[in-house]
Amino acid sequence: MSTYYASLLAESGILLLGALSVYIILATGQLSLGNGAFMGIGAYLSSYLTVALNVPLTLALVISAIAAGIIGAIVAFPALRLKGIYLAMATVGFGEMVRSFFLNFDTMGGSGGYRGMQHISVGYVWLWAGGILIAVMLLERSRVWLEMQAVHDDETAAGLIGLNTVVTKISAFAAGAAVAAISGGLFAHHNVYIEPANFGFERSVDFVLAVILGGSTVAPGSLVGSLLLVFLPEFLRPIADWRLAAFGSLLVLVLLVRRQGILDRSLIRMLTFRRAAA
Amino acid sequence: MSTPLLQLTGVTKTFGGIHALSGMVCEVPEGKIVGVIGPNGAGKTTLFNTITGAYRADAGEVKLKGVDVTQWPSYRIVREGIARTFQNIRLFGSMTVWEHLLVAQPHSESAWRRLLPIAWANPAAQERAEEVMAFFGLTELRDRPAKSLPYGIQRKVEMARAVTARPKLLLLDEPVAGMNHDEAEEIRSLMIRLRDTGLTILLIEHDMNFVMRLCDYLYVLDFGVLIAEGKPEEVRANPVVLDAYLGKDD
Ligand SMILES: Nc1ncnc2c1ncn2[C@@H]1O[C@H](COP(=O)(O)OP(=O)(O)OP(=O)(O)O)[C@@H](O)[C@H]1O
Ligand SMILES: [Mg+2]
Repeated sequence: MSTYYASLLAESGILLLGALSVYIILATGQLSLGNGAFMGIGAYLSSYLTVALNVPLTLALVISAIAAGIIGAIVAFPALRLKGIYLAMATVGFGEMVRSFFLNFDTMGGSGGYRGMQHISVGYVWLWAGGILIAVMLLERSRVWLEMQAVHDDETAAGLIGLNTVVTKISAFAAGAAVAAISGGLFAHHNVYIEPANFGFERSVDFVLAVILGGSTVAPGSLVGSLLLVFLPEFLRPIADWRLAAFGSLLVLVLLVRRQGILDRSLIRMLTFRRAAA
Repeated sequence: MSTPLLQLTGVTKTFGGIHALSGMVCEVPEGKIVGVIGPNGAGKTTLFNTITGAYRADAGEVKLKGVDVTQWPSYRIVREGIARTFQNIRLFGSMTVWEHLLVAQPHSESAWRRLLPIAWANPAAQERAEEVMAFFGLTELRDRPAKSLPYGIQRKVEMARAVTARPKLLLLDEPVAGMNHDEAEEIRSLMIRLRDTGLTILLIEHDMNFVMRLCDYLYVLDFGVLIAEGKPEEVRANPVVLDAYLGKDD
């Protein structure tokens, strides 16, 4: 495998984690357009831990995930009062807030960025990405996931069948933030250089796009979306300047004909040759 | 008599100028089927909403087994033993029948077990879901998206979802609305069987015949005020009720 494709593969693993971070939050009916910020928190914190404090990378990632999870829970509290586009706007605001914090955070280079991280392999990236994907797929079969779906479908009814909807929504935000932080830590140690612009609004939108394109109702949808988002523009390279336009058209097309994205429960059943539910 | 399962004293709920419920007083003794009747807009659904914490009462107390639950959040009231159905069915759009029966069970197991696949971690919950599914005759429909089912069956799924939680008190808001005679009879016999297993039922219903043949006791509401109560025969003969309710019924 050429180093070029290896780096694309690493990029898609990092995007997969970002997409899953959105997917987990979306499963409770909340749209976050600020997960780039949690990614940034993970990137900066883990880099500081490994570079300045010599903490082993895996431990640094775990610490960053926990820290981002706590921040996610704190952010989720005021967000509980908001729904739909208002919530999405608030998360955009949060993202910008974090980005400008890093711009002014001179200890770690401010707008000049931060470097000095040890380089990690594609394999290490995918160990995390694959591991977390499988964990989310197992979670999808749990009681907690059913509770999240209930909150997603009808929050009032969920409360009235005995579910604590506040805890569910906050936990989803915390978990999503933690996963985004892992994505950020891997990004930092794969690129060995980070700057605030890496974690802005566009990054958050990429995460959401990967989920919506690949399939927003099943975890493997994020995998499909991330691979497509990274590799498709490369395969479209022959049409040069038109490739982004072609890619954009494809996205619009998918949304028009398949709102749930490419992958959904019934497609998975078909692909695995299992009998469709009667 | 011992403490009633549910006891309301002076429960009042207003919306702007509308007195949806004024000084409601009622009792639901354990093991009975109690009915709430009244014309459209009488405050029946509001009564259920205040009992379950969906609305906060402006005044008065709701007591469950003598415990004041008036200010509790909905989920705690449910876990304390009150489950309900809704007048306009509220099933979860993305879930199958089976999933509805799993999601509504009480949360006895540890947080860790709740994060693991149900198939591994929670045989008891699955058994309970199977049992309730069989009781309501839903086993065949197990993997169907609940919202794709016919209306009458959706009502049964909703009842089943409420029952899986092992409530002490079941609140049913017009459980046979929109059903034909046979379907309604089936629900009636299910309710009697539930009562015989020790469940207490409070139900709202428009169909007088249905209520008369099912309930042990009735409360009659009109414009948010309790205008009569008593055994079905007494209520049927009460001129105030005939005036307010039966006269207007269409
Ligand atoms: N959330 C609300 N906001 C404003 N008014 C409300 C609300 N809920 C109920 N009401 C009003 O309270 C009164 C009682 O309504 P409620 O739904 O309790 O009646 P009901 O007895 O259940 O009637 P129906 O037989 O039509 O279901 C009505 O006038 C209704 O418009
Ligand atoms: Mg009503």
